[in-house]
Amino acid sequence: MKTVRSAPQPGKPRLTTSAMIASIAAEGQKTRPAPFGHALVELARSRPDVVGMTADLGKYTDLHIFAKEFPDRYYQMGMAEQLLFGAASGLAAEGFMPFATTYAVFASRRAYDFIHQTIAEEDRNVKIVCALPGLTSGYGPSHQAAEDLALFRAMPNMTVIDPCDAHEIEQLVPAIAAHQGPVYMRLLRGQVPVVLDEYDYKFELGKAKLIRDGKDVLIISSGIMTMRALEALQALKNDRVDAAVLHVPTIKPLDADTIRREAGRSGRLVVVAENHTTIGGLGEAVAALLMRSGVHPPFRQIALPDEFLDAGALPTLHDRYGISTAEVARQIKQWL
Amino acid sequence: METLTNTPKLADRAYNIRRNALRMGEVQGQGYIAQALDISDVLAVAYFHAMRYRPEDPSWEDRDRFLLSNGHYAIALYAALIEAGIVPEAELETYGSDESRLPMSGMASYTPGMEMSGGSLGLGLSIAVGMGLGLKRKKSDARVYTLFSDGELDEGSVWEAIQSAGHYKLDNLIGIVDVNNQQADGPSTQVMAFEPLVEKLQAFGWFVQRIDGNDLNAVVAAFDVAKSHPAPKPRMIVADTLMGKGVPFLEQREKNHFIRVEQHEWQLALAALEAGRQA
Repeated sequence: MKTVRSAPQPGKPRLTTSAMIASIAAEGQKTRPAPFGHALVELARSRPDVVGMTADLGKYTDLHIFAKEFPDRYYQMGMAEQLLFGAASGLAAEGFMPFATTYAVFASRRAYDFIHQTIAEEDRNVKIVCALPGLTSGYGPSHQAAEDLALFRAMPNMTVIDPCDAHEIEQLVPAIAAHQGPVYMRLLRGQVPVVLDEYDYKFELGKAKLIRDGKDVLIISSGIMTMRALEALQALKNDRVDAAVLHVPTIKPLDADTIRREAGRSGRLVVVAENHTTIGGLGEAVAALLMRSGVHPPFRQIALPDEFLDAGALPTLHDRYGISTAEVARQIKQWL
Repeated sequence: METLTNTPKLADRAYNIRRNALRMGEVQGQGYIAQALDISDVLAVAYFHAMRYRPEDPSWEDRDRFLLSNGHYAIALYAALIEAGIVPEAELETYGSDESRLPMSGMASYTPGMEMSGGSLGLGLSIAVGMGLGLKRKKSDARVYTLFSDGELDEGSVWEAIQSAGHYKLDNLIGIVDVNNQQADGPSTQVMAFEPLVEKLQAFGWFVQRIDGNDLNAVVAAFDVAKSHPAPKPRMIVADTLMGKGVPFLEQREKNHFIRVEQHEWQLALAALEAGRQA
């Protein structure tokens, strides 16, 4: 039975940045505005079949950039996610390529059957682009999509992508457009950190990329956790821990060869870090792959717990649930 | 007048659709036969009076689209697709069997002429909205017909789609709701009251006609008006139908979502249908 929480202690200092769309960028971090919106506009200039659709979240998924540039190719479906994805299937059936946006919680939980039946089962060319993936909102479970990857991984025909930063989002928009078939893409919106440009990184659909090599620990990560892993490298180095980072933006289909090869190199602890519950995401996908392949390194998961997460300020919550930079470094050191 | 001269032929078409459905029911020993019999007149008018299509090219770009939202009515649509020459009659014997292109619940990837994967109720109208928007984008004059059931009116998604079709003034959509007043747990009006349906749909911005869905002349007139009406609105035909129509002992059988037919009764049903045609 649910019990109501106790009142907070008076006088204790508290962060107050629990805005629904709190930025994940750190103070002073290099960012780019609305990378998805601008990349989609760029794509749409050469692809007249591209249309944009949303369920009353155009502004909050950066689709308003597209709407402003191509008002006659923009469909506002109202606050109705089942309709959004059913209608996206219909537009795809007529030869268009809809980029349909909402929050990850609404696509994965409310509209799951619509996506399953009208898009995935019919193999319609719809790109599902969803903001607030994992724990990127302080609003509590209503807006925290801790299980979206598990749900979409389980759907046949669906390609699932968890990008790290603005640099990657800009590259993957044309890449998923070139792929014929449904795609679920986690979206970072607003002022989005730019991280991977410093690592000579190029997104390729279905490919994991070794961003940094190291001999003590292999961090396999997706989404913002690759940024966290890279940020944690310095702290690890200070403690003489040499860590490698393998970025896996395509959660499905998994780049089995690269993951097997890197995890199979002897002498390294394998840590899978993801902005997602421990259940059914990248961590369990990698674990199952390694078990099936007879590759058995020491294995740990950095992921959100199997519980309804708290509301609050994101930095507090990322610390509490172990996905802040400091917590990533601390946990890895503890396991070595 | 087109309507009157076509009507006798349409009666033959409706008869053949019912007959095809009964033959499929006999193959499988089951099927939503009472629904198939109630909707055969609507399908006869859709496929042999109202719609534009090429039997030899089911995905012809300029065809009118027909969405079967209530996927369990697949037996009825297969019967019509066979009559229309889109599905070969020989496949009738495979209905619901392993490897068949005619599964019990309709799916787009299985059957020529099947435009969507239904079965999970309440999907069709949302897809229709997208198709309607897409056809307008392409400046196509093709229409989207969507058949759904009165039970589906319980699904919130149906009303999301109805509201948006009114918003976008999708005059290329023609919805047909089969009001046979029967859903899984009992009479639809008792499971969840949906009347006054015409007024509700009108309030959502639709042009609405309510007809006896087993009166061929009325069905023809309704499709004609739905196609020609000048209002910039989506169109709905509310078709009141009788489950088991055309086979008196099934019309009178205790009303049930899934009417049981004993194995020996399929031939009796075909004979009763034939007798009714000659009467």
